[in-house]
Amino acid sequence: MRRLVTDTLVIAERNLVRLPRAPELLVAFTVQPIMFVLLFRYVFGGAISTPGFSYADFLIPGIIVQNIAFGGFVTALGLNEDLHKGLIDRFRSLPMARAAVLAGRTLSDVVTNALSATILVITGLIIGFSFHTNVPHVLAGAALLLLFGYAFSWVFAFLGMLVKSAEAANSVGFIAVFPLTFISSAFVPVHSMPAVLRDFAEVNPFTITVNAMRSLWLGAPAGDNVWGAFVWALVIVAIFAPLAVARYRRAAGQ
Amino acid sequence: MRAVPSSPESPSGAAVSVKGLVKSYGSVRALVGVDLEVAPGTVLGLLGPNGAGKTTIIRILTTLLRPDAGTAEVAGLDVVRDAATLRERIGLAGQYAAVDENLTGLENLTMVGRLYGETRAVAKRRGNELLERFDLLDAAGRAAKTYSGGMRRRLDLAAALVAKPPVLFLDEPTTGLDPRSRLQLWETIEGLVAEGTTVLLTTQYLDEADRLATEIAVIDHGRVLAGGTPDELKDRVGGERLEIRLDDASYAQRAVSALSPLCDEPPTVTGDLVTVGVRARGGAIVDAVRRLDEAQVGVEDIALRRPTLDDVFLALTGHAAESDDEREEAAA
Repeated sequence: MRRLVTDTLVIAERNLVRLPRAPELLVAFTVQPIMFVLLFRYVFGGAISTPGFSYADFLIPGIIVQNIAFGGFVTALGLNEDLHKGLIDRFRSLPMARAAVLAGRTLSDVVTNALSATILVITGLIIGFSFHTNVPHVLAGAALLLLFGYAFSWVFAFLGMLVKSAEAANSVGFIAVFPLTFISSAFVPVHSMPAVLRDFAEVNPFTITVNAMRSLWLGAPAGDNVWGAFVWALVIVAIFAPLAVARYRRAAGQ
Repeated sequence: MRAVPSSPESPSGAAVSVKGLVKSYGSVRALVGVDLEVAPGTVLGLLGPNGAGKTTIIRILTTLLRPDAGTAEVAGLDVVRDAATLRERIGLAGQYAAVDENLTGLENLTMVGRLYGETRAVAKRRGNELLERFDLLDAAGRAAKTYSGGMRRRLDLAAALVAKPPVLFLDEPTTGLDPRSRLQLWETIEGLVAEGTTVLLTTQYLDEADRLATEIAVIDHGRVLAGGTPDELKDRVGGERLEIRLDDASYAQRAVSALSPLCDEPPTVTGDLVTVGVRARGGAIVDAVRRLDEAQVGVEDIALRRPTLDDVFLALTGHAAESDDEREEAAA
């Protein structure tokens, strides 16, 4: 167990140290979300009616949740690269904890996710977003965000082990996750959607998580959303972590 | 070498002992019953074309892959049952130079050291030692992606040596390297063996096997076709041959009768070239020249030629060593 912790930290450190040296990834996780915030706020924002909130307030929790879900992409790409460049073989020939490669990978995502969420909050504050609740609620929201991002890191870990190339990970991830984030309350109120989409949007974990964030950061009526969001995140981890680990064992054993 | 708990041998005394190893990928039979023995402190070269099963053997012996049947022991430990302990006693350097390109040389080695359970300080010290030994100290602080192919391969080998393993596995260590880097790597491997490391290496280069291997196992289609020292293998395709080029091809018959007492099989004649399989190397040339002179046969050129591993390979497999067969790669 002690080995699992130290090995996980070694791998996480390795992933973080190499990040600034692959600047294209850093750009994807910093500049791109800022661009999205500005586009939505100033291009679409004027046309979207969000009763009870300014669009800046409405948008920031939504776009942060979307962004943090995609944070796991680093894991999918990184694992895929490690697999094909023989690093996974090296790790597996070492007397290290078996689960540490995946655990270290997803752990380092938490750090990068925290970084990009911070950048987004600051961008939000500049364009008119503000917190309407107290500090414990804001921190609870931050914790939910990181947990949700962590859950999606496992989804992407599974994906990264599943596909043949980094390009495939990119397109499959994009096609699978991008629509999910849009058919939700992240960018528009769900009642503005056609009935079929609205039904889906209302049960979409993205909607539940975004609503929970609005409740924790803006004081919107929560319903069961806050508990629901935490439960969803844990369920996603419970499903995808074992899938990813099983896939890791298989993929590496060939 | 670090004091490794002292049971690096199986009951038979071998550093690596493999019996009846079988492995299939789906319907592709990669190994169909392989037996191998490597004595401590020696080098076994697995020689064979791509797809012969060499890499599969290495992957099983380094615990990356489970065999379907058969047993394998490395340093006295079973590769399946004692896999976790075994990983502390082996080093693996592969054909793809598995280093993290975005980490520096020192960071790569430090990471590996820490994954062996060393503290950061110890791992770093060991990393610096290895970088110095492998002539990479100047590049210690540079990302590995800026390294040349040879430097990368040396870094990969250094990573395999972090824990001073008594048994080292090298999967095509010099494939794709330029001649100079190749020679450097050979010298490094010879140095490790001189210090007592047991090495099992795969190669498709005959000169590499000839130079490095104490013993060679010729592998093709998932089985060992022949094994022995390079000399034994060469002797199997016939001993040394005397090649005599005559001044005048019409004297060939006279040359053959003059040389017959030297050999068991009758000499063969191709144009003006007479080939004689000699029984003993010593004195063969002098003896032949004297007999030809007595028979008044003019000689343009005379040379004693050993069969090469190329001849061995051709004789054993029916095809040359570097022919491509992507069977294993496609399945892996």
